[in-house]
Amino acid sequence: MSALPSDAAVLAAPPVRRGRTWSRPAFGPALTGGLVVVYLSVIVLIPLGFVVAKSTTGGWSAFWASVHTPDAWSALELTVGLSLVVALVNLVMGTLIAWVLVRDKVPGRQLFDTVIDLPFALPTIVAGLTLLLLYGVQSPIGLNLAYARTGVLVALLFVTLPFVVRTVQPVLLELDRDMEEAAASLGAGPLTIFRRIVLPTIAPAMAAGTALAFARALSEFGSTVLISGNVPRQTQVAAVNIFGQIQSDNVHGAAAVSTVLLVVALIVLVLLNVIQRWVARRD
Amino acid sequence: MTSQTVARRAPSGGGVTRWTMRGVALTYLFFLLLLPVGVILYQTFKHGLTPVWHALTTSAAEHAFLVTGEVAALAVILNTVFGVAAAILLVRHRFPGRRLLDAVIDLPIAVSPVVVGLALILVYGSNATAGGWLVRHGFPIIFSLPGMVIATTFVALPLVVRAVMPVLEEIGDEQEQAAATLGANALQRFVRITLPSIRGALAYGVVLALARSLGEFGAVAVVSGRIVGKTQTVTIYVQQEYQNFDQTGAYAAATALVIVAVVSLIVSRFLRPRGGNK
Repeated sequence: MSALPSDAAVLAAPPVRRGRTWSRPAFGPALTGGLVVVYLSVIVLIPLGFVVAKSTTGGWSAFWASVHTPDAWSALELTVGLSLVVALVNLVMGTLIAWVLVRDKVPGRQLFDTVIDLPFALPTIVAGLTLLLLYGVQSPIGLNLAYARTGVLVALLFVTLPFVVRTVQPVLLELDRDMEEAAASLGAGPLTIFRRIVLPTIAPAMAAGTALAFARALSEFGSTVLISGNVPRQTQVAAVNIFGQIQSDNVHGAAAVSTVLLVVALIVLVLLNVIQRWVARRD
Repeated sequence: MTSQTVARRAPSGGGVTRWTMRGVALTYLFFLLLLPVGVILYQTFKHGLTPVWHALTTSAAEHAFLVTGEVAALAVILNTVFGVAAAILLVRHRFPGRRLLDAVIDLPIAVSPVVVGLALILVYGSNATAGGWLVRHGFPIIFSLPGMVIATTFVALPLVVRAVMPVLEEIGDEQEQAAATLGANALQRFVRITLPSIRGALAYGVVLALARSLGEFGAVAVVSGRIVGKTQTVTIYVQQEYQNFDQTGAYAAATALVIVAVVSLIVSRFLRPRGGNK
């Protein structure tokens, strides 16, 4: 009836239009694709390639010598160690916060739910200054963590807070509670229910969030600059070490440490991708 | 009835467990998030608004806000155009290397801002081939605005693409095909069909990218040269004022950035695509 005219138009149209719709996409996407690739190359790929290339000028021994200076090596050790702690704390606290936000109807939940994202929106240098004000030399609560590894840890925990919460929360929201109720009516305790029913469902999200938090902690710079006091071999993380080497014109050393960070981050991202694909296949 | 209530309550744990979990989670959030932000707001405003206003209207501060605005605006425009193009390409077309392109877009998330700065110096610095050529032709990148824009663009690159992609996937392309059969050209289809349907997600991505761009510190600190009154952004201004023992100036600028962050957070919350519950 009313559909007829348009049906007729569609039936009548194809011979003429076909040619146009075919030629357009063939040209359009190729052009767009080309521009996208050029854009990514100029801004991301070529520069990163230069970092890796720079670090390998002089061969493996020069690379190793740059990475293995006392300052650079302890910065890398500290960074990886702190990032592991950060990942672990986030795994537990992030899941707990997501659980409380979804399952426990806390008063003021809306506020907390919005505030969780603040570390993503807040500039890192502001985060660092803020934490230094509360946990620095003039701490109003008498807790001085400035120029100490604990202070750096707090800064890293601040900037990575949203990752696990935001990956676990949507999965918890979608989780069907019938199974948990059935298990409870059959006599399973809360711990068993969590371990056997909830955990298997949210585990991939927990892993993804933790991996992202780890990668972020590895690369963090701004929030640690002020609170760490930049003490080599004590509180200096890898990114701060790289910054110092750039400032003192030791580009090769900076590139070598950068390459180590890039490789570790890349491994984490690839692992994350494997996990996600494995989960997608399981579903 | 009773057994049902028990069954319903059991999964969230007993009273003690629930209160412990609630207590631990909220204490963590309080000391890590709320208290620090509260303290900086208190420190900034404890002598009233006048010193804050004076600190924010010095010529160095005003210039820093101007530079930040300029850099962020350019970076957001670039990333919005690129973001929409890349999202359409990835969602609607199948081509060799698509998976790789998809992965490369996430790369900036894992790269340290300092490494971004170093990378740009190695390519566009005056000692490099490309950079030297550009400097000789009167277009220096490092220690000037273009370098800062590229650095900011790098770090905020994935945000628009990732905000737009899920919505594009959801709407499909039936409407566009229908429009094409009715004779609409590519531009008409984009402006009249695609753009209106991704509007919300696009705005969300733009807000995220803007917040990220306004707050960038590490990458810009490396490539800008941090020249006061020239290439100093607000974040660099915060750091340098703090290290020059001008706490009032540092706190005032930091608080201005906190307010920008909170506003963008609230705006993005309203814009966040909710439909589909995915």
